[in-house]
Amino acid sequence: MTETAIAPNLSRAVAPYRRALADALELAIPVDAVAAEERAASLAKRSLKKDSKVWGLKLAISMMDLTTLEGKDTRGKVYALCQKAVRPDPSDPEVPPVAAVCVYPTMVSFVKSALGQSGVKVAAVATGFPSGQTFPAIKIAETRQAVAAGADEIDMVIDRGAFLSGHYQHVFDEIADIKEACGPAHLKVILETGDLGNYDQIRRASMIAMFAGADFIKTSTGKVGVNATLPITLVMLECIRDFYHLTGKKIGMKPAGGISNSKLALAYLVVLYETMGPEWMTSDLFRLGASSLLNDILMQLRKERTGAYQSGDYFTLD
Amino acid sequence: MTRNEKNRETLERLAPGPASPAVINWEYSASLESTDHVSIAPRHNLFIGGRFVEPHSKKWFSTINPATEEELSKVAEGDAEDVDRAVREARRAYEKSWRKLSGTERAKYIFRIARLIQEKSRALAVVETMNGGKPIKESRDIDIPLAAAHFFYYAGWADKLEYAFPNRNVSPIGVAAQIIPWNFPLLMAAWKIAPALAAGNTVVLKPAETTPLTSLMLAEIIQEAGLPPGVVNIVTGGPAAGAALSSHPGVDKIAFTGSTEVGKRIERAVAGTGKRLTLELGGKAPNIVFEDAPLDQAVEGIVNGIYFNQGHVCCAGSRLFVQESVAEPVLRKLRQRIGTLRVGNPLDKNTDVGAINSQAQLDKIRELVQSGTDEGAEIFQSSCSLPQRGFWFPPTFFSGVAQSSRIAQEEIFGPVLSVLTFRTPEEAIERANNTPYGLSAGVWTEKGSRILKMAQKLRAGVIWANTYNKFDPTSPFGGFKESGFGREGGLHGLAPYVMLS
Amino acid sequence: MVNYSLLMARLNVRKTYKLYINGEFPRTESGRYYPIHTATGGELLANACRGSRKDLRNAVQAARKAFPAWSGKTAYNRGQILYRIAEVCESRAAELAREIQLLGSSASEAAKEVSRTIDRWVYYAGWSDKYPQLFGSVNPVAGPYYNFTVPEPTGVVGVVGPETPALLGLVSRIAPALVGGNTVVAITSESRPLPSITLGEVFATSDIPAGVVNLISGIKNELVPWLASHMDVNAIDTTGVDESELAALEKAAAENVKRLVRFDAAAIGWDDARRSQSPYAIAEFQEMKTVWHPMGM
Repeated sequence: MTETAIAPNLSRAVAPYRRALADALELAIPVDAVAAEERAASLAKRSLKKDSKVWGLKLAISMMDLTTLEGKDTRGKVYALCQKAVRPDPSDPEVPPVAAVCVYPTMVSFVKSALGQSGVKVAAVATGFPSGQTFPAIKIAETRQAVAAGADEIDMVIDRGAFLSGHYQHVFDEIADIKEACGPAHLKVILETGDLGNYDQIRRASMIAMFAGADFIKTSTGKVGVNATLPITLVMLECIRDFYHLTGKKIGMKPAGGISNSKLALAYLVVLYETMGPEWMTSDLFRLGASSLLNDILMQLRKERTGAYQSGDYFTLD
Repeated sequence: MTRNEKNRETLERLAPGPASPAVINWEYSASLESTDHVSIAPRHNLFIGGRFVEPHSKKWFSTINPATEEELSKVAEGDAEDVDRAVREARRAYEKSWRKLSGTERAKYIFRIARLIQEKSRALAVVETMNGGKPIKESRDIDIPLAAAHFFYYAGWADKLEYAFPNRNVSPIGVAAQIIPWNFPLLMAAWKIAPALAAGNTVVLKPAETTPLTSLMLAEIIQEAGLPPGVVNIVTGGPAAGAALSSHPGVDKIAFTGSTEVGKRIERAVAGTGKRLTLELGGKAPNIVFEDAPLDQAVEGIVNGIYFNQGHVCCAGSRLFVQESVAEPVLRKLRQRIGTLRVGNPLDKNTDVGAINSQAQLDKIRELVQSGTDEGAEIFQSSCSLPQRGFWFPPTFFSGVAQSSRIAQEEIFGPVLSVLTFRTPEEAIERANNTPYGLSAGVWTEKGSRILKMAQKLRAGVIWANTYNKFDPTSPFGGFKESGFGREGGLHGLAPYVMLS
Repeated sequence: MVNYSLLMARLNVRKTYKLYINGEFPRTESGRYYPIHTATGGELLANACRGSRKDLRNAVQAARKAFPAWSGKTAYNRGQILYRIAEVCESRAAELAREIQLLGSSASEAAKEVSRTIDRWVYYAGWSDKYPQLFGSVNPVAGPYYNFTVPEPTGVVGVVGPETPALLGLVSRIAPALVGGNTVVAITSESRPLPSITLGEVFATSDIPAGVVNLISGIKNELVPWLASHMDVNAIDTTGVDESELAALEKAAAENVKRLVRFDAAAIGWDDARRSQSPYAIAEFQEMKTVWHPMGM
C-alpha cells in the first residue's frame, strides 16, 4: 500500500487513522512553558464556595485511582485499601466509592475478589512498571496475564529511552501492541512526564499515545522526582481536546502523584472544567492517581459537614 | 506490512470513546471579595497643600460603581481656582522643601508610600474594583501590587540620579502636572508620581473623572507617609480642571496619559511655552500569530491581550493578525476560550471580565461594534449572560475584517477584537505598521530569528513576543508615532522628570 | 582695436546653487529664487533657490523612502558613511570656508567653523555603534521574562538650521539625527544658505544614500509651516526657528504628535565640547523599544 498524503485537518470522515504517527507528530505543536504555567496558576486561583467545593470533593473521590505500588505491599495492606476504596468514610453514606484500586499485577485477582460487586474497578500497572525497561514480549505477556487475572484497566509505561532517542515509531508500536493485548480492558498510557524534559515533549508523547490507541493518558508513575503538575495536566488536556476535534474520540486524562490535598484536587478539577467543559467531568474521562489524598478530602468534607477543623486521628490510615 | 499500514490498522481497531454521563452541573458559586473592611466616605475633598480642602466651586459630583450604577461617594469638583491653588502649593513645596531635600531622604519618603500601599492593598483593590469596574483578581494581583512596586523601584533612584545620566548634572524640573486615565487609576497615579518625586519634582495630579477614589486614598497614604505639604496635590474634577492644569503657566512639565485626541489638544496648549511634555496615548496594537506558534498559549495571549481589563487598555492587542494556515484552529480555540470567560460582578474573585467603565464608553463601544456589523464583518460574541444593571459588554470578536474598516483602524477601548489574516511575514509587518499608532505589538512564533526580526520591524514601543500585556516598573513603556512620546518605567522613565546640564 | 587682454582673460564659471533632494540637485519646482549678497559689499553672490512646499513634499517623500534601508544599515556602516562625509568635507574645506567668509565671517572664524564642522562629523561617526549601548538596557523584570530596551530611530526628522553659524549649526543638528538612523529634511539658513548647499555636494560625493538627507533653501516662513504640519514627518528640530514663530510651529506639529527638539544655542553656544555635541542629542531622535520574551524550557 502506498502512503497517501492526507492533510491532517481535513474532515473527520476522511482523516482518521491514516498516517497515524505522522499525524501525531504534526499535532505535536510547540508549547510555551511560561504561558502554560501562568494559565495553570491563574486557574488555580479560582475560588469556590462551599457547595461547589463539597460537590467537587465528592467528584474527586469518585475519580480517584486509590493506589498502592510498593515492594512491601501485602494482602493485608491491599485488603484494607479495598475496604477504604468501597466505603471511604463509613460515617458518611454520601461519600461515593473511588473509581479504581491500582496495584501491581500480582495483586489483581485478590483485589478483584476483595472489591466484589462494588463497582470499583481494578487497575494494574504493567509493562515493566515503572521503568519500562524490559523485553516487549514480557510486556505483552504481563498485560495479558493481568487482564486475565481480572484487571479492568491497564496502566502501562512508555519506553522513555526510545522516546528520548527519537524512536517514536517504536514507542507508537509498543503502545499499539499493548492496546491489542488489553483486549476489553482500558489502557492508560503513562508518559512519565518527569522524564521527558519539557512541555513540547509531553505534547508529542501525548499525541503518540492517543494515536496509538490509549484510552487514557497519564502523567506519572509516582516513582520519579517530578509527578503530575497543573500545567502538565493542562497541556495534556489541550492535546486531548485537539485529538477529540480531529477524531471525535474522547480520551481520558489521569494526573498521578503529588496530588496530596483537597485544594490541589479541586484545582485539577478547575483546570479540567475550563479546558474540556462539563463533558469530561466524569470518572470515565478523568482520574486522579493518589494515595494520601483521600484522607485529606475526607477531613475536608467532614469539616464542611461539622464546621470544625479536623484531626488525622479520626481517619483511618490504610 | 508497512509501518503506516500497521498504524492504520491499529487505529481502526480503536473502540469508540466511553459513554459520558455529562449530567454534571459544575459552576463556580459567587465568591465575593468582602467589602466590610472598606469604608468609603460619603464626600471627598481636594488634596492641596497636605490637607483635604473644599473645592472653590463648593460642588461635589457623584462617583459611581459602573457595575451597579450606585453612587459610591461625592467627589469635589475642582476648577481653575483650585488648580491654581494646587500649583502654587506645589511650587512652594518645591522651593521650600522638596528640591532641597537630599536624595536619600526623598527616597525614604517614597519607600514609605510603597510600603503603605502594600499594607492597604486589599482595601485599595476593593475600591479600585468598585469605582472602575475591573475584576477584583486584576486589581488585587496586578494594579495594586504594581503600583506599590513602581514606588519601590523609583524610590531607589532618588539618590542615584547621577548614575542614570553619565556626564551630566541632574536637577529636577519643578512642578509637574499629571493627568491620568480611568483604566488603571492607582497604577497610573503611581507611574506618574513615583518618578517625578524621585527626581525631586512636586506634583499636581488630576485623576480621571470616573475613577477618583483610589487617588484620594493615595492622598491619605501620602499624608500618612508624612510627605511635606504640597509635594503631591490631587485635584479631582472634569475636563475643565484638566484643561486648567495643562494650560497653567506655573507648571514646568506636563505628563498625560489618555486619548490621542486629548493628547494632541494638550500638545497644542503647550505649544510655544517651553514646558516639557510627555504623552502616552492611544493604540491599535497588532497581535501577530504565525503558523508555528504555540497555539494554545497564543490563544491565551490573544484573550489576555484584548479582554484584560475589558479591553480598556491603550496597548490592547486589538488587531489579531493570524497566518491563514492556522486561522481555523486559532479561531476555534478562541471561540472555545471566550466561552469560558466569566463576565459579571467585578467583586467576584472568579470574574474574568468586569464592567465597562462608564455609560459613555459603553456607547462608544456599541457604536463601533455596530459599524463593524454594518461594514460586513462577521461577529462572534460570548453567549454569557450579563447583569441587568450597570454597564456591560460581552467579549466580542470580528472575523473577515478589512484593513480599511473602522474596527481595524480606530481604537475601541473595549472587549472587541478584529481578526485579520495574512500569508507572509512581510505582509504581516506591512499591515501591522499601517496605522498612525505605535504603542505595542505582539508576536507569536517559535522561531527565534523571526521573533527578533519582527521585534525590529514593528514600529511600536513595546513588543511582547510569545506573551502579552506584561508590565513591570523596570520596563520602559510608551509609544512611537501618534501613541505619544516619552517613556514610563525603568531608567528611561526618569528622563522626562530631570533637567540635564 | 581689439582688446586682446579681455579676450585672453578666462571667464570664471559660476556655481548655480540648487536644492539637494533624493541625491539630486533640482532647481526649485517653483522656479523662484532669492538673491544672496556678500555681507560687506552687497555684491551678488548667488541666486539661491527659493524652495517651495512642493520641494519640501518631494524631500519628505524621498526621506521616507530612504528610511528603511538607512535605519536598517549596520551601525558600523553608518559610522563609516558619516566618517566619509568628514573626509569629503575636509577636501572641500577651503570652498566651505570661503563661502562662510563671504557671508560675513572673518577668515579665522570661517576656518574654525569648518574645522569644527568636520570634527563634528567625526565625533558623531564614532557614536554610531556606541549610543545603543549607552541608552539601551536589559531590564530586570519580576518574572520569567527576558526584557530589553533598544533605541530605534524616530523616522523622518525635519531640521530647521540656525541662521548662524549656518554650516556648523546645521551639521550639529543633522549629524546626530543621521547617525541614529533617521532620515532628514533640512531647511538651511535663510540668510546664509551657500555653505549648506555646498554641503549637499559633499553628501553627493560621499557614500550617503539618496534621500537620507535632503536640503532645502528658501524663506523659512514659507517653508516651516509646511514642515510642521506634514503628517509624514515624525520629529522636528526647531533650533533655527525664531522664538516668535515657535508657538505656531508647535501647534501645527501636534496634529501627528511630532517630537519637538530645540537646542538652546543661546545658552550653550556651538563650541562647548561637552554640551554642543553629545550622545544625548542622538537620543532625542530615538524611540525606545522594549521587547519581552518568556524564559522557559
